[in-house]
Amino acid sequence: MSEFLAMGGYAVYVWPSFLLALIVLVANVVAPMRQRKRVLTDIARKLRRARKEQR
Amino acid sequence: MIIRFFHQMGSPRYFYNVAGKMIPWFMVGFLITLVLGLYNGLFVAPPDYQQGESYRIIYIHVPAAWMSMFIYVVMAVSGLISLVWRIKMTEIIVISSATVGASFTFLALATGSLWGKPMWGTWWVWDARLTSELLLLFLYLGIIALHSAIEDKRVAARAVSILALVGVVNIPVIHYSVEWWNTLHQPATITKFDKPSMDMSMLIPLLTMAISFKLYYGAVVLMRARAEIVERERNSRWVQELVEEEAK
Repeated sequence: MSEFLAMGGYAVYVWPSFLLALIVLVANVVAPMRQRKRVLTDIARKLRRARKEQR
Repeated sequence: MIIRFFHQMGSPRYFYNVAGKMIPWFMVGFLITLVLGLYNGLFVAPPDYQQGESYRIIYIHVPAAWMSMFIYVVMAVSGLISLVWRIKMTEIIVISSATVGASFTFLALATGSLWGKPMWGTWWVWDARLTSELLLLFLYLGIIALHSAIEDKRVAARAVSILALVGVVNIPVIHYSVEWWNTLHQPATITKFDKPSMDMSMLIPLLTMAISFKLYYGAVVLMRARAEIVERERNSRWVQELVEEEAK
């Protein structure tokens, strides 16, 4: 296992590459989720306020 | 039937619902091919006779580089359609692809640099391929900045589509840079007309990763598009119904 992790001595280049890829892939999935949630809650808040003013 | 499909896909609400159903499939496909690609790439494929284990960075670097160009071409084509036929949905595809395209370009540059250090002895060199890829990153960032700078989203979409079209000339430059200027970066191994000069055991994981990143792009661009649609159509009735439904 440790031999595998050493990556033939190139571990310091190989593993950061894969780690960076993981970060980029996760970030690009989380971002749109949060964006959609933020927009939906923003609209909901505006709707409630609009409804309160009508009463 | 196809015409009706595209016509319907033109309506934001229909696109929102269809995209919602497609995203899980893209995600599952992405995860399966990712695991297959990484497993074969890291464990099964033999070390390179010259580069040893460091060549395994190829399984991120090359698919990311292919994606950076592929996504930009998708943006340019969508931009052209948006400009010519003023279709709202293709405008949304352009801007929904920008961030993920920029991310893949950054990833290609970063992993390339991490691979270059042990193999070339340098993090960066003003090589034709590297420089044109860096230009691609600035184009992506320009598109993102331009879109957020303009208030009216329809106007922003037009400006962004024009920038995407102007920048598309850079894509063949990136691809052929290694032949034309013959600088440090090696020529094409796979994307050329005769047999790829790479053993099957290394090539299969690479192609699996390429497919995996494409499926990933399919999922993310649809997720972004849904967020963009809800933002753009915030005043329409169906979005307000959607909000009430989600609020329950």
